[in-house]
Amino acid sequence: MAATLKQLDYSVLQQCMHCGMCLPTCPTYDATHRERNSPRGRISLMRAIADDDLTITREFADEMSYCLGCLACQTACPAGVNYAELFETARADIERSGIHHDIGRSFWRTITLRWLFMHPRVLRAFGILMGIYQRSGMEAAARKSGILRFLPATLRRLEPQSPRIAKRFSDSLIPSTSTPSGKPRYKVAMLTGCMQDLMYPEINRDTVDVLIANGCQVHTPPVQSCCGSLHAHNGEREMARTLARRMIGQFPPDQYDAIITNAGGCGSHLRHYAPLLADDPDFSALAHQWDMKLKDVHEWIAEIGCRPPTASPFEKPSKVTYHDSCHLAHGQKVTLQPRQLLRLIPGVQLTELPESNWCCGSAGVYNITQPDQSAKLLERKIGHILRTGATFLATANPGCHLQIANGAKAAGAAIEVIHPISLLARAYRRETL
Amino acid sequence: MVVRGNRRAVIPMHPLVTALTAIVGEANVLTKPEDLIPYGFDGTAALKSQAGVVIFPQTTRQIAECVKLAASTGTPIVTRGSGTGLSGGSVPSENAIILCTVQMDRILEVDPKNLTLRAQPGAITQKIDEAAGVHGLFYPPDPGSMKISTIGGNVAENSGGLRGLKYGVTRDYVMGLEVVLPDGRIVRLGNACVKDVAGYSMKDLFIGSEGTLGIITEVLLKLLPRPLARRTMLATYNRIEDAAETVSSIIASRIIPCTLEFLDQMTIRCVEDYAKIGLPTNCAALLLMETDGHPAAVEDEAARMMEIARSHGAMEVVAAKDEAEALLLASARRSAFSALARIRPTTILEDITVPRSHLAEMVTFISVIAGKYNLTCGTFGHMGDGNLHPTFLTDERDEEEMHRVHLALDAIVQKTLEVGGTITGEHGVGLAKKPWLKQQLGDSSHELMRQIKQALDPGKMLNPGKIFD
Repeated sequence: MAATLKQLDYSVLQQCMHCGMCLPTCPTYDATHRERNSPRGRISLMRAIADDDLTITREFADEMSYCLGCLACQTACPAGVNYAELFETARADIERSGIHHDIGRSFWRTITLRWLFMHPRVLRAFGILMGIYQRSGMEAAARKSGILRFLPATLRRLEPQSPRIAKRFSDSLIPSTSTPSGKPRYKVAMLTGCMQDLMYPEINRDTVDVLIANGCQVHTPPVQSCCGSLHAHNGEREMARTLARRMIGQFPPDQYDAIITNAGGCGSHLRHYAPLLADDPDFSALAHQWDMKLKDVHEWIAEIGCRPPTASPFEKPSKVTYHDSCHLAHGQKVTLQPRQLLRLIPGVQLTELPESNWCCGSAGVYNITQPDQSAKLLERKIGHILRTGATFLATANPGCHLQIANGAKAAGAAIEVIHPISLLARAYRRETL
Repeated sequence: MVVRGNRRAVIPMHPLVTALTAIVGEANVLTKPEDLIPYGFDGTAALKSQAGVVIFPQTTRQIAECVKLAASTGTPIVTRGSGTGLSGGSVPSENAIILCTVQMDRILEVDPKNLTLRAQPGAITQKIDEAAGVHGLFYPPDPGSMKISTIGGNVAENSGGLRGLKYGVTRDYVMGLEVVLPDGRIVRLGNACVKDVAGYSMKDLFIGSEGTLGIITEVLLKLLPRPLARRTMLATYNRIEDAAETVSSIIASRIIPCTLEFLDQMTIRCVEDYAKIGLPTNCAALLLMETDGHPAAVEDEAARMMEIARSHGAMEVVAAKDEAEALLLASARRSAFSALARIRPTTILEDITVPRSHLAEMVTFISVIAGKYNLTCGTFGHMGDGNLHPTFLTDERDEEEMHRVHLALDAIVQKTLEVGGTITGEHGVGLAKKPWLKQQLGDSSHELMRQIKQALDPGKMLNPGKIFD
């Protein structure tokens, strides 16, 4: 994968024939009706940089931050433009230029990207401390004391929405090897993720349960690396490469029938290691093999044939609606399978969500970097959800999960946000009741 | 905010920018290079230039004031909607103001008693049809880009679409227009009457005028009752000529389907690669056929069309099983042009139209020419209208190959004119078709057209360099 826009194979930029089919699917173009806030507009700016008609300016950097990276344009694009590659290359260019440099930003990027998300044990230790802070009464005291006034404005606004850290993480919920009751049909590896592990480890547990129930032997190492998705999206290509190598080292693809992820955002990055490691002679072939093996859990279960549960996860039939995580729908093209699985569950009345594949505004750290636009998208999403009359909102990405749960809470709506696989796991569990 | 980097070609119009800002407001004027670069092109390949300033007026009055201001300073104006045009009509003329209508996007009124709809120029074509649909009505013109194209742009280009065969083109649905003239006067042309012969049909002068005579600021459209039934069918062929013969035979059998769309193998493969709906990729050609209207008539016509296809060598003829599948097929067809861009970096699209009796001959000629000049070409189009889109897949940076593309285009145009066809059926002349216009029209007709432009826009204020030099 090219390091800069100028080194990029020019045909990737030329692939965009600016027909405008992307415009109606782009949430930021929809908000402003300005070409520069659209996919083809942004690509024209990237091309201007490759052509030396523009240098990397603050305005260009701002524009690339304003892009959600939701990849709805990739789904819409008949010409097959690889926007994800263009976007990540542009962001990497911007980081290298230093145009966004300021001390506060560098501090937070170092803490998060270079330190926390590069070292899984440190991340968990941080999680434990955060959990203690949240549960011990310190958080309540801090909120009461007014000390949080000293936080920067955006963080202050977001602080009440900060994720609840789980009491126990995936490693204490899932043994390193889980075996189905009968003879295993497949051998798979389970990726526990970072945010999923800290916030929603029970979703990982549910995923393993569903895999076992469908005849898979599941290997879940207790300590796992970050997949590098955060780094790649935020212009840190080298770190993303390091993490990709580490992942492939930990999960040699030839040893598994599939490598399973249950988080849309991670999966979208995880299944594209081959272009990331294309120039690495030691890893490029392995990365190809890895990409072939990497499966979203819904995709995998649908592929091997899901055993329909005989029990319902609910006491009485309930209306469920499904929100497509952008990176599951647009990044991985997995849209039918989660719906198919939901329809298999007794008692689930699946209602289609209008604009189900329109971004909810979570988009990685977008709710921190672009809080206004993020809030508008969330409001739009919550409005659609409320109008369906559903009591459950199923979605398969921790970012969307947290964002929509916060939005529903703020709207005072009694809606439970749940991973589709968790509904399936609950149904299986109730079979034996 | 500090802006570093280059700021070229922006500064010269400063006093004008100040005056424009006073009219439309600061938030509706763009001058930074990062804002302007994305307005340097529209949907046409290989055409690009630099916009001077972009404005987003909110009202007709603001547009009139901007036009007066521009006229007083001798600055040209290029009107732009969503920028999906395919002849370079909204590519910036030198040092022009780009007047973008996308913020005037309201549908003002649907009148089910008179079967009309009134909208601002920036209203999106598909939204217009949806608004009509609420009342059981229908706005038939459906250009490929209808999800994002603006009605103002459709009227200015007199856009066609997939249903042109039965329902005609945009012109057939325009009952009235509000237009700002090059001197800033606001005129209202036409009305909601079905009949109106009070003087010249002035609105017709502005339909298809490509932004060179006036700026359309409001449209009054005719609607039809929504057809009660629709059948969509797919026929596949081993020989392109068989597909063309099927079309001629259907028309000769006195059936007017709403759609008879043609895709050759290259196009089918690209579309399938994108849409993944299971199109047969090993056939030489495919016809997408659709009939709509009264359920009984639709059943009858569909059966006859399928029979005609079979008796003209179709390998397989199938009907879409439901509305959802029919929609999938139609939207896959709409993606044809963009999907062809998968093959090579630059996609040069033609828009020739011939009398339908010459279709088979024309289709064959195109493949011969592509072979002669050693070019990759995908052809698709509205076969029922005689409107073909031969599309050359090339690379604009390869001068030698581009030269061959031009030779091929020229040969196709010569042949088209020879059989009594036109250089453009629905995309307009703009910049892309300008070199051949005079040849098609002949000297006197071309001169007449120029005189009309001269009479309305003597100062060459509006979209200069488009249609004529």
